[in-house]
Amino acid sequence: MNYTAWDGFHPGVWQDEINLQDFIQKNYTPYTGDEQFLAPATQRTSAMMARLNALLKLEQERGGVLEVDTHTVTSVTNYPAGYLDRDNEIIVGLQTDKPLKRGVNPFGGIKMTRKACEAYGYTLSDEVEKEFTYRTTHNDGVFRVYNADIRAARHCGIITGLPDAYGRGRIIGDYRRVALYGLDFLIEQKQKDKDRIANELLDAEKIRLLEELYQQIAFLKKTGEMAKMYGYDISKPAVNAKEAVQWLYFGYLAAIKEQNGAAMSLGRTGTFLDIYFTRDLEKGVLTESQAQEILDDFVIKLRMARHLRTPEYNELFAGDPMWITESIGGMGCDGRTLVTKTSFRFLNTLYNLGPSAEPNLTVLWSSALPKAFKRFAAKVSCDTDSIQYENDDVMRPQFGDDYGIACCVSAMRIGKDMQFFGARANLVKLLLMSLNGGRDEKSGQQIAPASEPYDGEYLDYDRVTEMLDRYRPWLAKTYVTAMNMIHYMHDKYAYEKTQMALHDTDVHRFMAFGAAGLSVLADSLSAIRYAKVRVKRNENGLITDFETEGEYPTYGNDDDRVDMLAVEQIEKFLAELRKIPTYRDAEHTLSILTITSNVVYGKKTGSTPDGRKAGEPFAPGANPMHNRERNGALASLNSVAKISYDLCKDGISNTFSIVPQALGNDVETRYANLSDIIDGYFAKMAQHININVLNRETLIDAMDHPEKYPNLTIRVSGYAVNFHKLSREQQREVISRTFHEAL
Amino acid sequence: MTGRISSLQSLGAADGPGVRYLIFLQGCPLRCIYCHNPETREGEAALTLTAEELFERILRYRAYFGEAGGVTVSGGEPLLQSDFVSELFALCRSHSIHTALDTSGIGGDGNIERLLSLTDLVLCDLKFTTEERYRRFCRGSLREVQDFLALTERLDRPLWIRHVVVPSLTDSPEEIDRLVELATAVRNLRRIELLPFRKLCLSKYQALGLPFLLADTPECDADTITALSARIPPQLRQPCL
Repeated sequence: MNYTAWDGFHPGVWQDEINLQDFIQKNYTPYTGDEQFLAPATQRTSAMMARLNALLKLEQERGGVLEVDTHTVTSVTNYPAGYLDRDNEIIVGLQTDKPLKRGVNPFGGIKMTRKACEAYGYTLSDEVEKEFTYRTTHNDGVFRVYNADIRAARHCGIITGLPDAYGRGRIIGDYRRVALYGLDFLIEQKQKDKDRIANELLDAEKIRLLEELYQQIAFLKKTGEMAKMYGYDISKPAVNAKEAVQWLYFGYLAAIKEQNGAAMSLGRTGTFLDIYFTRDLEKGVLTESQAQEILDDFVIKLRMARHLRTPEYNELFAGDPMWITESIGGMGCDGRTLVTKTSFRFLNTLYNLGPSAEPNLTVLWSSALPKAFKRFAAKVSCDTDSIQYENDDVMRPQFGDDYGIACCVSAMRIGKDMQFFGARANLVKLLLMSLNGGRDEKSGQQIAPASEPYDGEYLDYDRVTEMLDRYRPWLAKTYVTAMNMIHYMHDKYAYEKTQMALHDTDVHRFMAFGAAGLSVLADSLSAIRYAKVRVKRNENGLITDFETEGEYPTYGNDDDRVDMLAVEQIEKFLAELRKIPTYRDAEHTLSILTITSNVVYGKKTGSTPDGRKAGEPFAPGANPMHNRERNGALASLNSVAKISYDLCKDGISNTFSIVPQALGNDVETRYANLSDIIDGYFAKMAQHININVLNRETLIDAMDHPEKYPNLTIRVSGYAVNFHKLSREQQREVISRTFHEAL
Repeated sequence: MTGRISSLQSLGAADGPGVRYLIFLQGCPLRCIYCHNPETREGEAALTLTAEELFERILRYRAYFGEAGGVTVSGGEPLLQSDFVSELFALCRSHSIHTALDTSGIGGDGNIERLLSLTDLVLCDLKFTTEERYRRFCRGSLREVQDFLALTERLDRPLWIRHVVVPSLTDSPEEIDRLVELATAVRNLRRIELLPFRKLCLSKYQALGLPFLLADTPECDADTITALSARIPPQLRQPCL
């Protein structure tokens, strides 16, 4: 295969099969220099961004949603072309016909769509209501089959946030394929797969796949039609950098028009695009300023992506996130760095366009990254609080060198892996339910099978863990069963055909389970083991509170006595989950990540033996509980690093806030020290860290004077938010967290 | 041999270069008017550890030290436990971990020469620049500090001189000029650092039931530090704030 669009590229197997890894490795140019080459925003870019900022302000004034089209069900070709500033845009394409206007996507569930419209003062139109009386949504399907255990577990909140009423997301289409091959070749390959499979012995699994391939092909064609509406023919490969970005973006745009998945990440596009930028720069047909301008305009488009959500959804995932995660940097398996000039250009958008929550820029960090890039990333953290870091040295051995992060911390090989997202189970509630013989500690309702509740006055560690061991299998079975039902129905009624068309046909599937409340669980077990915990029962004999006397080690102080309790509980939970087979033979994985649902989980959980009172928030992700860290920042990091990535292959999230002075007195020292801290943390085989370099006082001031900090961005749990998009309650929770101080 | 320890901090970025593990020892012969760590002056140590035990803890943080960082022993006054610190620093040296000694220069109880020979960087706090004021505000002797500095010079130990700038107490241009004069008298000097006076220690005084005589003195702002830094020879200045 050859195209003139590929002139100047090094040949390889990528020409005959879809193989982006091979294309990148044969063609990219590692960059080990510093950021001096970067170009500032052009006047055009600044004017474009000013236009968007005005709309963002209006959106905020209107309660977070600028406009809803209640008449049009969003899909790939249902809207005419839309523009922010037609004459001056370089990269084009909007989800609807107007910037920031949101369409409705009832395929996940009509009730949710109705509620979401109402939350912002709209009413879902009669025609959409009518259309969906004749359709089964994903939500309908799931509730047709949910059993009593799942309903009870959902109701009391021991399992929360399941994607049974919204799009599951966490799937990354390999949008680069559109640019490198053009749609014709991709359709041809899928047709070949379909013809091949059609001649095999057909069982239910293969018949399903055949129908999915039919849909994939149909939506690749629709993607082409959508591009035509903007005046582009993307059936053939992109011929230059601007086209490569545009083709790639059309792939992504089709996906977010068709689906409203919780997290719809971009993948790992920078090093791929750099090949096109480099070719054009070398040909002399592009300047550095123009290269940056194309990327800036692309990022402006990404910053405009929106979905319509319900208030309940926003409680779990605050700040209107899309998780347009772009993975930057990392190392190649051959030892060359995958950092390119475009890695710098992506980070530079935070200067040219201002700090921002989206896209969710994620640096794949390795001890071997070029020093100048490490310093620049640390500088970006100090200046913008907008980026996160994930450990390439622990992920590369498992995923190779062409993986990306979906959502916050979920690694997957681009175009080869997908996952069934599964929110999380509340392990703290499991502890309380075990003590109460299967009853909910808040309502007294029998949730899990009844057994004798804990009968002594003081909690005995061995007896308590034995009770946990008895109830864990029930939770695991309920959880896996719910996930199997959800993903069966999602595939059936809300299949991501556009994204899956940009995957290999024989895709590897993960089933991503999650656990919440790790630090509360660890501290509670530590209190039971090392101090004296007396139970308090209410008039119905339900254990609802605890009195803890004496000292005990707490998670977050690099103390193995408690840290290993956390590890043990994770091991046991994962082992139990693995006993239950999954839908489509997906590989069981586990994450320690809460997003912002740590507040909701806390609300739904009674008082705990660690002294946390009923209703108080958990710590986010794998973080230690607020202000229980006594030995400083690095001790806290060491504790989290003990949670092994081998156990939690879907990620371990840690959000770290430090005041600037605690990193050093001058800015250069801060960059160097921050870089050393990340190196150290990741040398301990930790997986993820969100970094905020700011003072608590700034956040307090921003609560009172939002107008002074319109673009204040902070990292929360695997993503970033504009501080003002958080609820008051969430803002207060963020402020209450540990800020590591200067001594 | 065991050390009497007041507290341990896993991250320090202001006491020596790079990312540092901080050890605050218990006990101090001085009574500085602006003392930031009054809990370390006297009384029971919070923690008693052998040098080996403490070193085990340090090793857990080695990965963070990078090329620049290491261990800083502060206090209290580390010279009061010089044999213990020597033992600890010998262990650090055998593992190529950088060591810094944060001291007033006063209170050497044993073999200071051995300790200094095992120290990679001396951070000496030069608190007041006349004998009279040193006695009055620290209850110690400037002469002793100068002797200590001379010893670091003889042993050719890299030296940073530090000075806390307290508004209307140690912030006069003349004070800084005298500081520079005293500091540059030794050839091993590498840097002079001006540290702004802070009052984060107020709660510690309250907890200990001790009066804090500078409770009404304002904190020192960054502009003052920048302005006074101009009096330090450029090659000895800390990087810009």
